[in-house]
Amino acid sequence: MTDLISMTIAEARDGLANKSFTSLELTDAHLAAIEAARALNAFVLETPDQARAMARAIDARIAKGEGGPLAGIPLGIKDLFATKDVRTTACSKILGNFVPPYESTVTSQLWRDGAVMLGKLNNDEFAMGSSNETSCFGPVVNPWRREGSNTTLVPGGSSGGSASAVAAMLCMGATATDTGGSIRQPAAFTATVGVKPTYGRCSRWGIVAFASSLDQAGPIARTTRDAAILMRSMAGYDPKDTTSVDRAVPDYEAAIGKSVKGMKIGIPREYRLDGMPAEVEKLWTEGAAWLKAAGAELVEISLPHTKYALPAYYIVAPAEASSNLARYDGVRYGLREQGKNIIEMYENTRAEGFGAEVKRRVMIGTYVLSAGYYDAYYLRAQKVRTLIKKDFEDCFAKGVNAILTPATPSAAFGVGEKGGADPVEMYLNDIFTVTVNMAGLPGIAVPAGKDSQGLPLGLQLIGRAFDEETLFSLGEVLEQAAGRFTPERWW
Amino acid sequence: MSVDAATVRRIAHLARIAVSEAEVPHLQGELNAMLAFVEQLSEVNVDGIEPMTSVTPMDMKKRQDVVNDGEIADDVVKNSPDTVNRFFLVPKVVE
Repeated sequence: MTDLISMTIAEARDGLANKSFTSLELTDAHLAAIEAARALNAFVLETPDQARAMARAIDARIAKGEGGPLAGIPLGIKDLFATKDVRTTACSKILGNFVPPYESTVTSQLWRDGAVMLGKLNNDEFAMGSSNETSCFGPVVNPWRREGSNTTLVPGGSSGGSASAVAAMLCMGATATDTGGSIRQPAAFTATVGVKPTYGRCSRWGIVAFASSLDQAGPIARTTRDAAILMRSMAGYDPKDTTSVDRAVPDYEAAIGKSVKGMKIGIPREYRLDGMPAEVEKLWTEGAAWLKAAGAELVEISLPHTKYALPAYYIVAPAEASSNLARYDGVRYGLREQGKNIIEMYENTRAEGFGAEVKRRVMIGTYVLSAGYYDAYYLRAQKVRTLIKKDFEDCFAKGVNAILTPATPSAAFGVGEKGGADPVEMYLNDIFTVTVNMAGLPGIAVPAGKDSQGLPLGLQLIGRAFDEETLFSLGEVLEQAAGRFTPERWW
Repeated sequence: MSVDAATVRRIAHLARIAVSEAEVPHLQGELNAMLAFVEQLSEVNVDGIEPMTSVTPMDMKKRQDVVNDGEIADDVVKNSPDTVNRFFLVPKVVE
């Protein structure tokens, strides 16, 4: 059984193709692993019956030679993706027992290609958080622990369930979403690979909306190759999302192993923060040396507006969230709390249904969009966003192919350790990742080493718009040099 | 800029979130921490800079003006907390 769950997607694909095992056997092994790992709280809904039914159906298709690129591969789905007839909550009380009568485009493409759904994965409420502690189902536990310690660590967020489940081998890969770092930060905290595609690469249709101009779906997997395999199925034009881009989906896997010789890699000086842990700095230097050894050329670059990305994000994202979350009114779906009149009913429903972080962001968003403050906050933030994007464009215009940065300012931290007194302390986790969302670019987080306490650290590569392939090629170089990291099983 | 207690109550009402008097000081502190954090944007020179409206430059595709969905009233009301005969029920709005 252990062998079946520790394989990569690429290895499982070969095993299924040459009939070494069936999708049902593979699925059963994962369902057993999920059952044995409930202490991690990674899944908020297990769907074993559906998983087995899907596995049997795909086994029949494989037997007829009609498998599809993901035939028989068991995956976990972040609870932000609407799944037909399967409860979808965004891990918020306000969605209650919402059962969508439709399927998100991204997941429908995974099923089209033969994947099997194991269940729904935990996340921060409405994807608002960097530690998975804001979920109404409670925090997710990171399978990684500090050496010689039993302290419970967060897996990062908002895609904490996805990262934890993939790292703990409860599923072979998972869907995730990234608005400010929600794929890349948890990937870095769990030694998994996370890809935030170019804005418009994956359809947002059927994904619970947080901040529509920043949200993108992407995969979390155990290797760069596996992430590339998943990306090909997730990406693509969708007429139901007007911001999705009508452009052919490349065979991302073909980019794995491609030479990076002669590529220009930018090292942005603004990412060298005061007080950055020495081991993060060291890892960054090491990563640059690996790319250089593979034939890439390193160039120091400047992204002068970097420090303004996070404050601008905390205007733009809450503003869009306040608008998107206006739909939760206790009328059409989800929770309803009674009131003396309709306004009170709305107010009581939203007070009861939203958690503290969501309320805070909806209120800030409401404030920065309100009469008299729009120009000072929202309009200014959107202008700063233009400048942030221009910083990247200037570098790419000088021939830079990709940019190498640390993925996070630190390794995973303990449950309850951050953001208790000041929400901004938690927000600083996304300092290296948020610029990418603001500029709509693709980014990948790849495990690259460990800190002095034995916790994983990741590196991030940022690419040109729609050039995910270069990120996969470079990510593979880092992975080959750094090796793979697997948590010791204690749960 | 910072918000006072009255502004916190006004924002909460605009956002349609019931806030008790006991919660106001706490929320005020958190909102002001966020506002203090974003305050640094005022030092950026944005003269003559266009605000971003679309992060990926593209012409929006227009779909054909045809009916391509519908006749799913039961699906639409299925998840509602209160309905009758395919209508959403809400507290009385008009006297």
